[in-house]
Formats: sequence, C-alpha cells, structure tokens
Amino acid sequence: MPIIVKNLTHVYMPGTPFESVALRDVNWNVEDGEFWGLIGHTGSGKSTLIQHLNGLLKPTSGEVIIDGVNINERGVNLREIRQKVGLVFQYPEHQLFEETVEKDVAFGPKNLGLPEEEVTRRVREALELVGLKYDEIKDRSPFELSGGQMRRVAIAGVLAMKPKVLILDEPTVGLDPRGRDEILRQIVRLREKQNMTVILVSHSMEDIAKLVDKIAVMHKGRMVESGTPRQVFKNYKALASIGLDIPQVTHLMIKLKEKGKNVATDVLTVEEAEAEILRAARGKGHA
Amino acid sequence: MREITIGQYIPGNSVIHRLDPRTKILITFAFMVLLFVIDDFAGYAFPLIFILVASLLSRISIKYMVRGLRPLVIIILLTFVLNLFMIKGRVIYEIGPFSITYEGLYQGTFMVLRLVLLIVGTSLLTLTTSPITLTDGIESLLKPFSKVGVPAHELAMMMTIALRFIPTLMEETDKIMKAQMARGADFSSGNIVKRAQNMVPLLVPLFISAFRRADDLAMAMESRCYRGGENRTRMKTLKMTHEDIFAFVATGFLAAGCLASRFLW
Ligand SMILES: Nc1ncnc2c1ncn2[C@@H]1O[C@H](COP(=O)(O)OP(=O)(O)OP(=O)(O)O)[C@@H](O)[C@H]1O
Ligand SMILES: [Mg+2]
Repeated sequence: MPIIVKNLTHVYMPGTPFESVALRDVNWNVEDGEFWGLIGHTGSGKSTLIQHLNGLLKPTSGEVIIDGVNINERGVNLREIRQKVGLVFQYPEHQLFEETVEKDVAFGPKNLGLPEEEVTRRVREALELVGLKYDEIKDRSPFELSGGQMRRVAIAGVLAMKPKVLILDEPTVGLDPRGRDEILRQIVRLREKQNMTVILVSHSMEDIAKLVDKIAVMHKGRMVESGTPRQVFKNYKALASIGLDIPQVTHLMIKLKEKGKNVATDVLTVEEAEAEILRAARGKGHA
Repeated sequence: MREITIGQYIPGNSVIHRLDPRTKILITFAFMVLLFVIDDFAGYAFPLIFILVASLLSRISIKYMVRGLRPLVIIILLTFVLNLFMIKGRVIYEIGPFSITYEGLYQGTFMVLRLVLLIVGTSLLTLTTSPITLTDGIESLLKPFSKVGVPAHELAMMMTIALRFIPTLMEETDKIMKAQMARGADFSSGNIVKRAQNMVPLLVPLFISAFRRADDLAMAMESRCYRGGENRTRMKTLKMTHEDIFAFVATGFLAAGCLASRFLW
C-alpha cells in the first residue's frame, strides 16, 4: 500500500499571530516494503509530516493519498487508515494508561472491535515481537517497568493493530546506548518478519544510515533530499550546510579521496570501508 | 482547543504593551466599575471611545479581539433574549405567549453592550500583558496586604506557574489525544457516559505527566535554593513612566465622563 504525498503544505494556526508554516510543498512517494529514514533538525517538520500519513493532520493544501484513498475526501474512514498506518509517537511511553501491560496493548485491537481471543492472540504476538515475554509481563503495571521496557510496551500497543506501514517518531530518543541499539535491532527484525513498510524518524544519520533503504531529509519544512543513502551522501556538502552530519566512515572516505587516494566514497559501514581501503592500498584500480 | 483567546497574550511593543502591569490592572478595574456606573446609552460613548483608542494604540487587530467573544456568544445571546422577553412594559411584538417589549429591547441591548465592553476591556489587558508581567503586577499590588497575612508572593508564584503550564498542558493533551487516536480511540462520538469513559485514556496519562512535571519543577526550584518570597529581589523591577501617568489621566477623563453622564445629565 503505497503512500503518495503531493505538494503538501501545512500551516499551524492559520490566520492568527501565531501562524507557522511547518511544511512547504513536500512531495514524497513511499512504496511497499521500503524502509525509510526521515531525517532533519528539530523543528524541521518531521513530526508534522508523519501525522499526515495517517490522517491525524489534514493538509492545508496539497494531497496525501494512502492506499489509493485521499485523506482530504469527505467521509474517508480514518479509523481504517489508522489501522493500516501505525504511528508510534515520540516518547510513546507517555501514552500508557492501563493497570496492566496486557490491557494497555489490547487498547488498539479492542478499538478495532475484534473478538476477545483474537485480541489476546495479538497482544501476545505484539509483545513477543518487541522482545518481551508475554507470560512474565502481562500482569505487571506498565508504570513500574524500566524506560526501555515501557517504550517497547507502547510500541507493541501499535503493532497489535497489525499495521501495514509502521512509522516511528524518534523511537530511541532518551534511551541509553544499549536500549537504543536494542530498539533499532528489533525494528529491523520486525521488518524482516512482518514485511512491513517502515518509516523511521531520527535526527541522527549515524544511527540509521546503515539500516534503511532510503533517506529523506527535511529542512525548514521542505524535503531537500530523498533517495538511497549513497545517493544522498553524495551531496554531503549540501547536508553539511544545513548542519547534518554524514556517518563518520563515509566522511573518512571522502577525506581520503580528497587527499588523492583512489577510493570509492559511497561507503556506509566500517566493514565496507575496510575492504575498500585494502583494495585501494593493494593498488588495484577503481572498479 | 487552540481557538481560545481569552487569557491569550500577543507579544508586541506598543504603548499599551509597555505600560506598567499595575497601571493596566488598576485601569481595567476602574473601567469595569465605571461600566456599572453608566445608566443610559449616551454614557457608553465614553468607554466605547476609551476602548477604541486603547485597541488602536495596542495595534492588535479588532478581528482578533472579537474572536475572543466567540466562546461567550451563548452567554451574550442568553442575556439578550432573557431581557427581551422577561421585562414587562409597552408591547412591540407578540410571539405566542411571549411578548417583546420596548423596555425589554432597550434593557437587552444595554446589557449586551455592557457585557461586550467588559469582555473586550479585560481581554485587552491579557492580550497586551504577558502572564509573567501580569502576576508581577498582582504581587506588587498585593504587597501592602502581606502585613495582614495575605501570602502575596506565594499567590503570585502559584499563578505564574499555573499560567506558564496552561500551554504546555494543552500541547500535552493534543499529543496524547493524537497518540490514542492513532490506536483507534474516539473522542468525539457516543453518548455522555460513553464519552466520559473514552476520556480515561486521555486523562490518566495527562495526570501522570502533570505530576511528573510538578515534581521536576519543584526539584529544579529547590536545587536553585528557592525558599519563598523572603528577601527576594527582582531582576526587573516595575517602574512607572510618563506613559503610565498619561494613561491614568486618560482614565480620569473616562471616570469624569461616566460620572457626569450618570449624575449630571
Ligand atoms: N501543534 C502545533 N501548533 C503550532 N505549531 C506547531 C505545532 N506543532 C509543531 N509546530 C511548529 O511546526 C514546526 C515543525 O514542527 P515539528 O514538530 O513537525 O518538527 P520536528 O521536525 O518533528 O521536530 P523535533 O525533532 O523537535 O520533533 C515547528 O516550527 C513547530 O514550532
Ligand atoms: Mg518531532
């Protein structure tokens, strides 16, 4: 189920002295099964953009078409769209409210009107997907869990709706390095298992460059770059001018190239860099 | 939710914005009292001119001030309708058992005008004074009463904090609502009981977050050695300038006009 964003502009509180243009003429296509990283500085419009992708916000002008349905049309079934496009907000643990983990995760599927057994089945599945043991955790209060566990419960709450597209707004913010790596690993695994389309919002290139298939860069409400990481990093000067860093290994390779070494610069991981440097050092030409 | 403009502050640097908050608070009070002194339509000319001039000076569009009336439209209409039908006198028009009287029409219009002026006058105060300055003004005005046990500083601090957190809580509400809507929650349909139940997923996280914020704030204040108002001095002290004197003089004219309209004519 592709998502098409056409000339999307969003203005918050139009017609008041507090008017602010959060998105300007954004065009974006998300195809089935793609893994996108959405990057940009704070205030660049990332959260605003993704809230359009499940109809929580309506465009001021332009169109958002989800699985062939234009969210601007009268009488669109927003609940159906929100089931298909699962959105995990920034600090999702702040939305937990039930007495037990099980009940909280069940909130979404219950709202879909599913029968009891199906709800329980989905809750179990969702919790296991995020790496929590259903039997151990289901009766605990979500508020006595650790920060990382709370976040995973909250993510499970969205997964239990069985979305086809999963959008996560800065899922690693505020976690320690271990918690961060764990969440990212689980997202990758999840995608492989469930074959979902995933959009991962972040402000760190380093974190996501090696995970995603494609990167979109937001700057002051505009989408200034989009494509594979290798394509996007080719414009590292443009990225630097808006204050976004490319991964350190890529940076190293570019520096080497500038020093006259014959290496390829479209490198994303340390392993690739090692192979490339060794190849260049042995004096073989560029492939 | 963000449509509410009562209590809203619009930053600016007009004469009205620059006035000392104490001046503005006192004048607003005087304005409110004077509105009740007036007893005929002609008298309204004075406050009307006063508010018009003040609005023009504040450079806040009239459109924005009128918008502040919107949430109160029902009260205003109710006032008008009640007066219209309830007051006995010379009948102008009859609808079934009800009759509109000349006196009712007069009184209704009169009350509506008073109400509108009251609202516009007070919203002009909040529109042009930042909440922090406003509470500074209140604290300063309450100072003399602290001798008789009014905790002026504490009251002002509580107000400052409460005002400071209104937008934050609004934002938080907005965010949690959206997050639950993303999980299929519905806040806008069903009967009253159902709706109240549907609020639980919103209210629980909201309370938790409010308590967390309160905790954090208390901790932050204590770690910076806050211990009430004793011996506290201010970074910005309030100062009256010639602009304030001018404002008081203008209010003096307003008072003279209103009193004259009541007792002389
Ligand atoms: N509810 C709102 N009302 C008014 N303005 C808003 C609202 N939400 C966001 N904005 C403004 O819109 C712009 C884009 O905000 P947005 O939250 O989309 O940025 P972001 O890229 O997600 O930033 P962050 O990395 O901090 O989450 C900002 O200038 C912000 O101040
Ligand atoms: Mg954001």
